Amino acid sequence: MKKFLLLAGMVSLIYACGGGNKEEKKETPATAESTESAPAAPADEKGIGKFTKVDLGDKLDAGMAQAGKGIFDIKCSACHKLTEEKLVGPGWKNVTQRRKPEWIMNFVTNVDEMLSKDPKAQAQLEICLVRMPNQNLTDDDARHILEFMRMNDGVK
Amino acid sequence: MTHILKQPILLLAVLLGISFQSCKPKSTTSAVSGDAAVKAYVPPGKYDEFYNFLSGGFSGQMSVYGLPSGRLFRVIPVFSVDPEKGYGYSEETKPMLNTSHGFIPWDDLHHTELSQTNGEIDGRWIFGNANNTPRVARIDLTTFRTAEIIELPNSAGNHSSPFTTENSEYVVAGTRFSVPVDYVNGDVPINTYKKNFKGTLSFISVSKEGAMDIAFQLLLPGVNFDLSHSGKGPSSGWFFFSCYNSEQANTLLEVNASQRDKDFILAVNWKKAEEYLKAGKGVKQKVRYAHNTYDENTHSAKSEIREEVTVLDAVALKDICYLIPCPKSPHGCDVDPTGEYIVGSGKLAALIPVFAFSKLQKAIADKTYEGEYEGIPVIKYEAALYGEVKKPGLGPLHTEFDGKGNAYTSFFVSSEIVKWNIKDLKVLDRAPTFYSIGHLCIPGGDTRKPNPKYVIGYNKITKDRYLPTGPELSQSAQIYDISGDKMQLINDFPTIGEPHYAQAVAADLLMKNSRKIYKIEENKNPYVSKGEKETKVVREGNKVHVYMTAIRSHFSPDNIEGVTMGDEVYFHVTNLEQDWDVPHGFAVKGAPTAELLIMPGETQTLKWVPEKTGIYPIYCTDFCSALHQEMQGYVRVSPKGSNVPITFSLGTNTAAPEATDKKAAQ
Repeated sequence: MKKFLLLAGMVSLIYACGGGNKEEKKETPATAESTESAPAAPADEKGIGKFTKVDLGDKLDAGMAQAGKGIFDIKCSACHKLTEEKLVGPGWKNVTQRRKPEWIMNFVTNVDEMLSKDPKAQAQLEICLVRMPNQNLTDDDARHILEFMRMNDGVK
Repeated sequence: MTHILKQPILLLAVLLGISFQSCKPKSTTSAVSGDAAVKAYVPPGKYDEFYNFLSGGFSGQMSVYGLPSGRLFRVIPVFSVDPEKGYGYSEETKPMLNTSHGFIPWDDLHHTELSQTNGEIDGRWIFGNANNTPRVARIDLTTFRTAEIIELPNSAGNHSSPFTTENSEYVVAGTRFSVPVDYVNGDVPINTYKKNFKGTLSFISVSKEGAMDIAFQLLLPGVNFDLSHSGKGPSSGWFFFSCYNSEQANTLLEVNASQRDKDFILAVNWKKAEEYLKAGKGVKQKVRYAHNTYDENTHSAKSEIREEVTVLDAVALKDICYLIPCPKSPHGCDVDPTGEYIVGSGKLAALIPVFAFSKLQKAIADKTYEGEYEGIPVIKYEAALYGEVKKPGLGPLHTEFDGKGNAYTSFFVSSEIVKWNIKDLKVLDRAPTFYSIGHLCIPGGDTRKPNPKYVIGYNKITKDRYLPTGPELSQSAQIYDISGDKMQLINDFPTIGEPHYAQAVAADLLMKNSRKIYKIEENKNPYVSKGEKETKVVREGNKVHVYMTAIRSHFSPDNIEGVTMGDEVYFHVTNLEQDWDVPHGFAVKGAPTAELLIMPGETQTLKWVPEKTGIYPIYCTDFCSALHQEMQGYVRVSPKGSNVPITFSLGTNTAAPEATDKKAAQ
């Protein structure tokens, strides 16, 4: 009751002098910390992001894989092992069998949105409890990382 | 009980409702009209319209506020160490505070000036002056960090600084304290001021990339130079400096420097000075001053001592300088957006003189002089005067302009801002400030193109404005909406240090250029670790270099042994994050320095000399993830001569065998 009275007082106060304040836009939550329940993501194996179709060669592109390893060393290896063992994040062994190539490239380039909306990414976050940092990978970087993952999974 | 409580609350609510319904201020404490809150309100999650850069005064720093909310966004360390950011403590930033007197951890920053192109704010840099040990700093507005500091020889009390020309070709710096110049013997009796003490005005050139260099110094009679401003438009090529103590007193200036009815505004034809410089009329003098630069690729500063400066004798070389009499002890020296009117503000005066550049030029051409002062022609007051604003208030200090023909002048003694019209010199409006205003600021108010939405007053006395905090109070600033005919006080905010001059700029101009991270691939710090693979501990004599990385949420390595007493340990910490707003901190128990605060992609170094043996925890100080509290490690320090080898690891969590432990303890 007390609270209500105070509130009533404040409302009358704003009402009295606040003209033109009524069309105030709703506050937009920061994207990074967005916890609003987004419309359920389409049950899409490809994740959320710009990559909708990634063409993989039958064979490994050794050049791309090597470039991917360079990026792994600088930006990924602090948290991911190449085995199945979880460090900060999941181990990479067999990741290319667990996930679609599009999902992987969307996740590493669009991590904040994926962690907020993609059910698979969210399930993973529940296990790891550390949000993967956005490591500012370019589209090419992401493709190279994917090729390095394929090499790690035995593609020749 | 509840019933009794309810009543006063209800009453309060009703009273509030009534008092606000009327919307009429009844006293000075409510000198705020009803819609002020709406005008100053920036809803949570929304941006402010303007950045406001405030000099920090005796804090030595520059602070960044939002307008109209008055919210503090950042304190940029400039001339004082900042343990919170590791500024002046990390090996990379220490050289920024080097001077010809050695490392100096503090100064007094009085004025800020945004860089200009064609007389308009261009958003590249902001300059700040050091008043105590004379220096000028350039702050990069993509990183909001101090990029460069240049010391000024032959100077003391660098006050009339760091104002720039219309394209920031030059930043000026004038001496407040005249002193014997550095290249003569300064061991002279103080009362030989008139003979031995000189004033200098430094013209610091600024390259397209921002590099500062002292192009030349003008040597002048010993007086106190106070403030300055560049000419613009028709007065391009001229600079104006207010000066006081034309009495040349060396003691009790409070009385002795207030004797004369008029002091001066010094008009400097710097284009003419450039001609003399080109003609080889400058004399190279041997001096010592530091020039410090910060490299964003190596994340490191370097300091060099320079040993020569070119001095032009502004008395012997004619046609550079002219004095205009100005009542009494002028402070502000402000040029209107058209470049025609120069407003002097005598802090002991009860009027404001407005000089006309065209009349000044005619007076010089006709030699309408009333005589000479120490060899410099003194123009007849009336010959340069456009007119006087009569009875504007008491103690005018500083004037800014709205670009619509009006000027706003701060009055320290009568605590008010007065709006007046430049053409007819009539007072249009006055608003009280709380209390004793110093400088004021209109966004772009000293440029050719002001953005006249607000005027902000920076007050010296706070008293009853905020909740009391013991004897020491913050300074207060007040924001007035000036979009209408009358000034309207809309907000009031406390500040850090003591703001003197401040400048403001539309947010759009800067925010698009604001840097988010440093790319790890481009990190050229010699001690960078690009990935955990490169982390290691290397002994070089008694120096131990720890190449360390930080990422959410661990350091690599986090167990280090083999450090012995007498060692100097250098922790080179690279933040591997590449995401905006994810700095990591780094601290060592017992380190008599500070923390490091390392931005994404950056490398910073903390030097540590252990004082005794034992185990020293290290940890991340900046909350980084749900496992931030786990971001920690240990360094073992053994006695001098110990045979514990250098080892380092991460994630090796095996218990040491008994034998090894014993061996190590031997």
